[in-house]
Amino acid sequence: MAGLLGSGAILPRGTAPVAVIGPVKRSRHPWLRAIAFAVCAIVLLPIFSLAYVALSGNGEDWPHLLANVLPGASLTTLYLLALVGAATSFAGVATAWMVVAYEFPLRRTLAWALVLPLAVPSYLAAYAFGEFFHFSGPLQSAVRTIFGFETIRDYWFPDIRTTPGCAFVLSSVLYPYVYLTTRIVFLMQGRNIADVARTLGAQPAKVFWRVLLPVARPAIVAGVALVMMETVNDIGAAEYLGVQTLTFAVYTTWLNRGSLEGGAQIALLMLVLVFLILFAEQWARRRQRFHTGRATHMKVHPPRVRLGRAVGLLAAGGVALPVICGFGIPLYVFGRYAARRLDQFSSPALIDAFQNSLMTASLTAVLTVVLALFLLNAVRLSRSVGVTVTVRLASVGYALPGGILGLGLLFALARFDNSLDAFARVHLGFSTGLLLTGSAAAVILACSIRFLALAEGAIRSGLEKLPGNLDEAARSLGKTPAQSGRIVLLPLLQPAIFTASVLVFVDTIKELSATILLRPFGFSTLATHVYENASRGVPQEGAAAAIVIILTAMVPVLLLSGALARDREASL
Amino acid sequence: MRISTIALHTARFAALAAGVALSVPAMAEGVVNIYTYRQPELIQPVLDAFTAETGIATEVLFLDKGLEERVAAEGMNSPADVIMTVDIARLTAAKEKGITQALDDATVNANLPSEYRDPEGHWFGLTKRARVVYASKDRVKDTALTYADLADPKWKGKICIRSGQHDYNLALFSAMIEHWGEAKTEEWMTGLKANLAKKPDGGDRPQAGAINAGECDIALGNTYYVGLMRTNDKDPNEKEWGNAINVIFPTFDNGLSHVNISGAALAKNAPHREDAVKLIEFLSSHEAQQIYAEKNFEYPVEPGLEPSEMVQSFGVLKADTLPLTDIAKNRKAASEMVDRVGLDDGPSS
Repeated sequence: MAGLLGSGAILPRGTAPVAVIGPVKRSRHPWLRAIAFAVCAIVLLPIFSLAYVALSGNGEDWPHLLANVLPGASLTTLYLLALVGAATSFAGVATAWMVVAYEFPLRRTLAWALVLPLAVPSYLAAYAFGEFFHFSGPLQSAVRTIFGFETIRDYWFPDIRTTPGCAFVLSSVLYPYVYLTTRIVFLMQGRNIADVARTLGAQPAKVFWRVLLPVARPAIVAGVALVMMETVNDIGAAEYLGVQTLTFAVYTTWLNRGSLEGGAQIALLMLVLVFLILFAEQWARRRQRFHTGRATHMKVHPPRVRLGRAVGLLAAGGVALPVICGFGIPLYVFGRYAARRLDQFSSPALIDAFQNSLMTASLTAVLTVVLALFLLNAVRLSRSVGVTVTVRLASVGYALPGGILGLGLLFALARFDNSLDAFARVHLGFSTGLLLTGSAAAVILACSIRFLALAEGAIRSGLEKLPGNLDEAARSLGKTPAQSGRIVLLPLLQPAIFTASVLVFVDTIKELSATILLRPFGFSTLATHVYENASRGVPQEGAAAAIVIILTAMVPVLLLSGALARDREASL
Repeated sequence: MRISTIALHTARFAALAAGVALSVPAMAEGVVNIYTYRQPELIQPVLDAFTAETGIATEVLFLDKGLEERVAAEGMNSPADVIMTVDIARLTAAKEKGITQALDDATVNANLPSEYRDPEGHWFGLTKRARVVYASKDRVKDTALTYADLADPKWKGKICIRSGQHDYNLALFSAMIEHWGEAKTEEWMTGLKANLAKKPDGGDRPQAGAINAGECDIALGNTYYVGLMRTNDKDPNEKEWGNAINVIFPTFDNGLSHVNISGAALAKNAPHREDAVKLIEFLSSHEAQQIYAEKNFEYPVEPGLEPSEMVQSFGVLKADTLPLTDIAKNRKAASEMVDRVGLDDGPSS
């Protein structure tokens, strides 16, 4: 796409580009295309194998599902998506705008702190919110003390264990996706456009609504799309808060009614929802071709509007609120538990889990970035619609619940392992056993497939911001595509690659369901460590691991936030 | 410089990962590989005793969903020797999926009463737990209740339960379907729903917490949680919850209470079959049964062996004699009923 536009751009205005790209019919880079399709096939493996399971069902679950489950579950899911979408757009855009356009107390601190909730897994947030807003939690206790209430029947308090409550929990930890994408746009060229509008006499409010918001729209939608995918695949928070989403229905159909086929059928149905989200994102990004802010423009720093003392404090409080919810509450709840169990921080089990998490997350980040770079380049160089569509399809795995995706992968890997083993036994006289199934490799592969969409999205938007003719200039100077990619594109894409690695690393640290299904003996990650305790009914015992998850994910998140603030060419 | 450091780290991690990948299946001599739905903490004391006595090590893999699917997919190369789980329906499902093998072992058969093991030897019940009523010490004066009473409108707005789709509730509802038939059970469940104080959520312990907070007067829960809460020295909250409730053993018309089991099965392709059989023998032994009773507050299945003092203080359990397999076969009907009634939607809708 970028390449296509780039070759057109070197032509004088008004010249039809047909002469350049029209008649060229020979297939470009057949090998590259073949490998790209092969990679996509592996990424889509879990979905293929789920489809196989779904098709092997006889549909006997459907009368019950249609009558009693799907109408309610679909409505709940859509309601949840609408609430989370609205809340994260508002929180993400409002905080980004405040931080970029106004000067108020603690602004610099809040600018990076706003990203912190990204470090908190939604299942931990759900538990923490559940405790914090519970009858015996600090908030209600304070309410009772202040007003002199005795029992729960004496007063009304909003229930966190509802769909809006679940939306509150998810929004509190997911809004940073919108904040990150939107702040970059406001920083990069929003200011320049805003300055122009201001010199033409527009009021600040009008500038925001009429100029900046439309400019930022693709970025907002990109962020919200990530949020929506995370909401669709969530099971931890929904299950804990008793919200019966489609994902919840997948699990009850599979586990309680013994119909994996029925569960797989619902999961595939959910992919339709995901296609809609992806389609909306694509549509909103369709004219995102005005992003080439030059470093020289960026050096100009028009002063932020300084807010008065009272208004400033109010603004600081408002901007701090999402951080307090998404990061403060979980840290408070688990920090208190962990403080009573300080010995756990040095337990060998926790240290081992920490190392495993670090290893899995690092390797997954590397693998996804390499795959994403390869696939995006295949799209650029091959200029084939087939490749483009396939690569886009390859990212839908992100929206599947991790446990279901893991199950699909398990079937495929086990079949591969057992076939290989059978072959080796017959022809080579020895057994290869289970090569991939039940090894750390399976966990890393599952996480890579799950989170490829994150890496691909981040690097793609980085790529889209580069003028398309950059590497073609290198090519015209005699470099091969690989050389020009390495010399010209890779250095320019570094910020985007960094963003991609961080997002994947953090999500892998938080990943639970696929890991717990596919891991080998003796392989615990921080997330499975927490979960073992939580499923025993004593999440307090996993508090130390929960804190380590949050702190481990926090480091790259902070690096990312810092990098984005410094480097305005950064993508996402 | 940044790139080269990253490359270095990557190489190191890759080496580490390769090491992990290659050393995975625990195939060493004198090892039993256990795939379990039971949390490692709960079975570790018994496993430690096994290793101390026999010198055979154990490797534990905890899964929360899809254990049966994983063993089935691994097929003849599966490293699983022994499968451990709670809930009768999971044990029978393992047998149905063809991931277990029959074991006809004189020691095990002598140790375990026939009603708590598969007639063909595909699974063995190791501990029992009763599904009982937690009743507020302050507000509930009743000392005896039937399961049917829970649908009595006098409890309107006073009952708490965890999700109706949870294993423990599904097993209870399945037993009801066996006793009462579907129509009467559904009527009962509709009555229960109307009596709920709030939407079902959380685990069994938080229901005791809700009683302590005054949200409800009675709740359904498993017996051992009461022991675990009352002896929880790390969390004073839970101690308070445990002490805020009495245990009442509700009964069916036959005067007996619903029990479920936790159990073990020998995996179909167990690579260490001999040692795995030794483990199952040990789990059925007096020594292991005592550990289960004392540490986990579960009821031993060994005839004549008393539960812990704490559990005895709840009163006398008269366990239902309904065949466990009859309970398991109603699971799907029970799960559909929960959806149909909308039990998990709570009282309002």
